[in-house]
Amino acid sequence: MNANPSLRKSPNLDDWIALEADGRIRVLSGKVDIGQRISTAVALIAAEELEVDPARIAMQPPDTDTAPDEGMTTGSNSIQQSGDAIRRAAATARRHLLGLAAARFGTDARTLEIVDGLVRDPATNRSATYVELTGGAPFAIPVDANATVKAPGDCRLIGGPAQPRGIADMVSGHAKYVQDLVLPGMRHARVVRPPHHLARLGGLDSETVARLEAAAIRIVRDGSFIAVAGDDEYAVVRAADRLARSATWKTGIEFEERDVFDQLVDNPRISLPVVDGMPLEAPVSRPPAPAEGAALSRRARYERPYQMHASIGPSAAMARDDDGHLMVWSHSQGIFPLRDSIAESLDLDPSRITVIHHPGPGCYGHNGADDAAYEAALVARALPGRPVLLKWTRDDEHAWEPYASAMAVDVAADLDASGRVIRWTAESHSDTHRGRPRPDAGGAGPARLLANRFRADAIPPLTPTPNMNHHGGLHRNLDPYYDFPAPHLVKHLVRGLPLRTSAMRCLGAVANIFALECFMDELAEAADIDRLEFRFNHLKDDRARAVLRAAADAIGWRRAGRPDDLGQGLAFARYKNDMTFAAVAVELRVDDQARVRLDRAAIAADSGQVIDRDGLRAQLEGGFLQAASWALYEQVRYDRDGVTSRDWETYPILGFDNVPEIDVIILDRPAAESLGAGEAAGGPTVAAIGNAIADATGLRLRRMPFDPDAIMAAARR
Amino acid sequence: MEEIVLHVNGGEHRIDADPSTPLLFVLRNHLGLTGAKLGCGLEQCGACAVLVDGRSTLTCSAPVGDFAGREIVTAEGLAVDAVGAAVQNAFIDAGAAQCGYCTPGLVIAATALLTRNASPSAADVRDALSPHLCRCGSHARVLAAVAGLSTGAAE
Ligand code: FES
Ligand code: FES
Repeated sequence: MNANPSLRKSPNLDDWIALEADGRIRVLSGKVDIGQRISTAVALIAAEELEVDPARIAMQPPDTDTAPDEGMTTGSNSIQQSGDAIRRAAATARRHLLGLAAARFGTDARTLEIVDGLVRDPATNRSATYVELTGGAPFAIPVDANATVKAPGDCRLIGGPAQPRGIADMVSGHAKYVQDLVLPGMRHARVVRPPHHLARLGGLDSETVARLEAAAIRIVRDGSFIAVAGDDEYAVVRAADRLARSATWKTGIEFEERDVFDQLVDNPRISLPVVDGMPLEAPVSRPPAPAEGAALSRRARYERPYQMHASIGPSAAMARDDDGHLMVWSHSQGIFPLRDSIAESLDLDPSRITVIHHPGPGCYGHNGADDAAYEAALVARALPGRPVLLKWTRDDEHAWEPYASAMAVDVAADLDASGRVIRWTAESHSDTHRGRPRPDAGGAGPARLLANRFRADAIPPLTPTPNMNHHGGLHRNLDPYYDFPAPHLVKHLVRGLPLRTSAMRCLGAVANIFALECFMDELAEAADIDRLEFRFNHLKDDRARAVLRAAADAIGWRRAGRPDDLGQGLAFARYKNDMTFAAVAVELRVDDQARVRLDRAAIAADSGQVIDRDGLRAQLEGGFLQAASWALYEQVRYDRDGVTSRDWETYPILGFDNVPEIDVIILDRPAAESLGAGEAAGGPTVAAIGNAIADATGLRLRRMPFDPDAIMAAARR
Repeated sequence: MEEIVLHVNGGEHRIDADPSTPLLFVLRNHLGLTGAKLGCGLEQCGACAVLVDGRSTLTCSAPVGDFAGREIVTAEGLAVDAVGAAVQNAFIDAGAAQCGYCTPGLVIAATALLTRNASPSAADVRDALSPHLCRCGSHARVLAAVAGLSTGAAE
């Protein structure tokens, strides 16, 4: 059995690699590029193993008809899944091609050389290109999962400089996103939304409808799902506006106004013990009594509000109904599960739907992309024959994307007289982080597509079940990586929370690491031990120690005393306890208006063997800046009339005015397995900022965001 | 509908449009220039910026009628401009884009700044880019790329 799920599903070499007549090599990956440069990394891997110039590698945009089904592009798994699969496929191909050349030249494969895809016999000077060797025929062999891949020392490309694919088109404005697609005869479409998800349509004003229809605007209505479509985009924008103003809504029950942080700990919930990162189907035992010999005990609650992906470009999708075959162009992170969920919703055979991945603006998890795709499909089905480009508005994206769940994490610990942790408990409370449309029991796919809540044949939202995976959802990084005596860990999947939630970059790890790593500082302080030293005292793993040391050195860690108003903080985590090791150190000040100004940051990471070095740095920097934004600015606000965070003024994010100098230190481990890194910096960044604020001001902030209101409120306490 | 004459990327275009249509929609849908992006439509994010008579200008709300006869340059038209081309190359060299959605707007803002002031300070660069949002966290590289082009830059 192959350990790589991607190879299990797509075992044939032809699933992954095709030789083109013009000398290019087409590589098919089921993982999608969402700005994380997976296509750059995968192309490097293929070029390395096939011994060709990376320019020869053509990365095929995945679609559900031809790409290997690699499920979702999530969880920082792409290098370990797609990268590994393509590496083994390319190595299999090289060995196979050398075999063909040896037979043709009547020599031993080991004597042959390869230069940029040309196989040469040095003895006779005979040569043949790859495609000459196969004659353009398919490989028709399986990928050998044990094919010998290049030893780290032999790599010429991996780990070296690589220009990100597509960047020249990005800076020149020629890169085409789903939002920019044009198809012949295309209509534009917009959705008319209810005030919130509990509201249902009362009615549309018939005069407005008649006037719009007279102006060639098509109105698609299915229950409370309403869309407008037409030839001219701006006319559609205005029509949607007019229709929205004329619509009446039955708002039914008002939105829950109770403080979500009270709800998180008071509402009904499913509680499960977590051991070694795995939830158990078992009753939760009582938290252990304070340890004997405890010199001091501490407890604290850390909280994260609802936060959003907040893509810079609102979601969009193109769809066309060709005589009952549905074509959908989407920036979804999971084109196969999306296809199957749309098929199930529309009662179509999946073979009658093709979903083509097309790049979109950065999404950072499950944002509006899938919902927009389904909505475009609904409009295309209602108006068959012509393509429909449906775009969400800024208001749609802010108010209707599935958010990162609010969370509350209770931590408690006892220290002995020497300052060692002798008891650790952590309980995490959250809604689900798993809301992606994906077929599963109980019609989970359709139930997770937004428009299905509003169609005449409405499907209510799914009641989530606990994620039982290793470091899945809300218990991601709940288990400390430190050498503590067996910690008491509990995950609480909370019911009845007001907003729709799903996967956002780092999932539960943000709140869990925020709690764990800030609480480590609280304990160190209580025990009067340097915060870095305190971590070292509980950390034997050399790779973990090395990243902490590197980040601390880069920031110029001060053991004691604060000569000025600069606060320093650091934090560490190993993502999912088995991926990238990351330590973040920051230096900041709090200005006289209680605003946090980030001065410097150091991120040290160990991701095993580095593939695309600059891409890795970019992911770490980007992860840092996004998490700094969560830490300092972000909170989804709502009242009984619905979500009130509907644009960039009501939901501000980090801007160019607060970007620190960032030093990224990569600890190279060429002989170690490559580890996913896209989410490694998030949790440690939030905690390091919290710790630095405490260092600068003496104020311990336990609820994100650390904005001026929070800092002033803490100062008053 | 009205005929409006627009000067875009060095060419003259006669366009039939309702003059109240925001310039962005005309650039994208009538002229096929999709470098300027629809990010918010609220003049809050900078994704839709183009050069108008050399100044970085948001186009998602301002009506096309206001731009008749003015010199418009989009990201697609920057390569023939010495400063614009230098900015684009600096972004490429710095790897200053992730998803790239915010990038054309940033390239426009940087070009406008460096055309007006060849040696902007770090603070000038921050100020010029501040109307722009990026969610991927490309900020540090963008700042470095632009600062590196300042003739006042150390090196
Ligand atoms: S789209 Fe114009 S500023 Fe956002
Ligand atoms: S690079 Fe993605 S929004 Fe800036």
